[in-house]
Amino acid sequence: MGKKMEELPQYKQFSEWIENRHDYAKKWKQNNGGKVVGYICTYVPEEIFYAAGVLPVRILGSHEPESITRPYLHDMYCPFCHDALAQGLEGRFDYLDGIMLAQSCLHMRQVFFTWEERCGVDWSYYMEFPHGVNNPHASEYLRSLLEKFKSAVEEWTGTTISNKELDEAIEIYNRNRELMRRVYELRKSDNPPITGLHAMEMVVSSQMVDKREHNEVLESLLEDLQDVEVDREIGTRLMIVGSEDDDREFFRMVEYEQNYPATFVFEEHCTGARYFWNDVKPEEDRLMAIAKRYVTRVPCPAKDWPTKTIQGRRRFNWIERWAKEYNVEGAIIMQQKFCDPHELDIPALRELFDKLGIPHLFLEFDITVPVGQFRTRVEAFLESIGEEDLFI
Amino acid sequence: MAKEFKIEPLKVWDDFKKYREKYYRDYLEAKDNGGIRWAGSAWAFDAVPAGLGEDVYPLTGEPYGATVAFFKDFSLQALEAAERKGVARDLCGYLRNYWGSIILDKYVLADGTIVEGFPKPDFNYTIHICCTHAKWYHRAGELEGGIPTYAVDISVGPGYLLDDKKIDYVVRQLNDSIEWMEKVTGREYDDELLIKAVYAEADSMTTWAKICKLNQNVPAPLEEKSMFTLYALLVLHRADPRVAELYHKLYEETQDRVKRGIGAISNEQFRFLTDNPPPWAFLNIYRYMEREYGAVSLGSIYTFGLEGAWLGMDEKGEKFRWEPAPTPEEAGVEITNREEALRWTAEYNLRYRPGWQHPYSHKIRKLETLQMIRDWKADALIMHINRGCELWALSELEVRDYLVKHGIPVATYESNMADPRDFDEARTWNVIDSFMESLGRKKLSKQ
Repeated sequence: MGKKMEELPQYKQFSEWIENRHDYAKKWKQNNGGKVVGYICTYVPEEIFYAAGVLPVRILGSHEPESITRPYLHDMYCPFCHDALAQGLEGRFDYLDGIMLAQSCLHMRQVFFTWEERCGVDWSYYMEFPHGVNNPHASEYLRSLLEKFKSAVEEWTGTTISNKELDEAIEIYNRNRELMRRVYELRKSDNPPITGLHAMEMVVSSQMVDKREHNEVLESLLEDLQDVEVDREIGTRLMIVGSEDDDREFFRMVEYEQNYPATFVFEEHCTGARYFWNDVKPEEDRLMAIAKRYVTRVPCPAKDWPTKTIQGRRRFNWIERWAKEYNVEGAIIMQQKFCDPHELDIPALRELFDKLGIPHLFLEFDITVPVGQFRTRVEAFLESIGEEDLFI
Repeated sequence: MAKEFKIEPLKVWDDFKKYREKYYRDYLEAKDNGGIRWAGSAWAFDAVPAGLGEDVYPLTGEPYGATVAFFKDFSLQALEAAERKGVARDLCGYLRNYWGSIILDKYVLADGTIVEGFPKPDFNYTIHICCTHAKWYHRAGELEGGIPTYAVDISVGPGYLLDDKKIDYVVRQLNDSIEWMEKVTGREYDDELLIKAVYAEADSMTTWAKICKLNQNVPAPLEEKSMFTLYALLVLHRADPRVAELYHKLYEETQDRVKRGIGAISNEQFRFLTDNPPPWAFLNIYRYMEREYGAVSLGSIYTFGLEGAWLGMDEKGEKFRWEPAPTPEEAGVEITNREEALRWTAEYNLRYRPGWQHPYSHKIRKLETLQMIRDWKADALIMHINRGCELWALSELEVRDYLVKHGIPVATYESNMADPRDFDEARTWNVIDSFMESLGRKKLSKQ
């Protein structure tokens, strides 16, 4: 008999890293003598930090109600941003040596500015990352920004980042991406060995710890996953599409606490596939290689809009491909309340799923999730997907 | 007894109103004579499509959205039509009025006449700086059945930190956009028309800055509610030489008003600034302030900075300079070809538009606001916490805190520039009355 996923030490490690993310970072500093930098958006070129011996960790919220951000952030800015800023104002990230934002949405921008001023960090860096990632000049422009950024990191850390160090960082990050893709690959099967909750914990933890350590755990996980015993009904194969989402309570409710069985087989968001799907393709000019990776990665909707050659949304091509490859039967379109870039795409996204014949449910997330209401809505959605079966 | 100032109506007023009326009608009727229509952001590089010919008519989305908002009943229809199509209520208010118009297939003229059939553009052309612009017109194009869209990414940081690579990035996109326009319209591009438009654009924007600066005088020769009508041509079609000409006329007339001590209101006793697009359906706030408190709104970082060209932050990033930026002529620059024209328009816009500077740091917005209060001798700032525009709302609360720490009285009211449902009239009057009372100002009607 194989083990259950929950019993695997590797899975327990992912959960433990998430639960104790701050302790991990503090210990990492002690053990490595390096600096820790916080980032909010996944467009930050982590490889450059890593090459300089800096540990990049993502600033995520805690999903606890808070009331301390209102003097600085508008109510109509997204709950993820409020939650993230609250962590800073409460001092939970007081071990950070610096923070960085690669220009993304306005809300994250405001969090960055306020954090810089009010949360006490020694170093901060705002990079004017191109919004127009679909235009043919974006990589070259980004390369010029990466050059400045690299110099700033070198100055901050008192190091020189050589090609050798960049190569090593690229290799470690690419390895991490490859391993997570291999785990995702297993989810294509009729009986996926992991749920969406497991996948989320794997990806979220990767944003909080040293990738070298994460890779070790992933490698051994991939060996053990072959023997995992799936003792739950897979039910409806779901895909989640949308804004940043690290809300484990919602995933637990959908996959483990409902009358209708369902399993997430794919997560299209920046704590899911959008974060790790694309590799840096090595080339002589390392910064150009990194620039191309971040420009051509699965885009956040904040950066996905028409240019001379692309009139559609590049992200939608990926969504369509994944929905087919993972045999998706239903989609949950989740959106952080007030997240404009996603809101702007949602009418067209619904049309896409209609075209694909995939039923979909739209849910708006806040700092805390109204689990009871969502349970009713998700159950009704799952029931409607399975309604034909009722009459066979 | 408060001093009484002479007032008189603006002579150029009707010219500005007529231009705006004609603008919306020209766009509607463009196809009657084989002309070209383009739609896009008021922040689009307006001079660039001008090279397609002299019969090219723009429709800029933000002022159109504001026009719809002004006509509350139609706005409500448009907003609800958009919401029925799954559009989130917290998105940009202008966008929702614009998309709603397309969905209703109705077009509103400047005088409120509603025309059946929303006129489709030949192409959409915009910039992208906030989270909305490019996606606005992309979706509009889809709703219109597949109108092609081109968006220029201008997210290159504030003007004082510009370098050649950043300018190159924008210029390359502008060059691409010309090729693209030729392809989608089948027209040959005329560089001479581009050059003419680039000169006119700078002329309009710099002249507007000079006009705004005249409001530093006491009494202020203009008040902001009227300035909303006057600045509108910049957001409609600033690269039109006729627009530049009208701003010259206005500049001359405003100078003359200053010379003769003509005020915008007769009882100027209190000078304040605002900071955001106003709630367009409720401009009576301004008249209320004038009537009840002799309070004149001198302008805002929005009215002055949306389309005015100013020197902005100094090279060290320590001081905001509310001084008009130079036109090509004033800078001693001669523009002779496409490359020079595109480079000029890119750099001029990126460097000198305040609205393209402060989204990159709280510091810029704090310095520019405080400097404006000082330069225009304002007594206070009335801040519109605008649910309708997240870009203009960026940094607002931090600015409020900063000003208060500098001893500047600040009142805040929450509303929406383009969704009348988000405006609470009684509550807003209460905020204003309490604020003025806290400053020791009594209502003139009760004295």
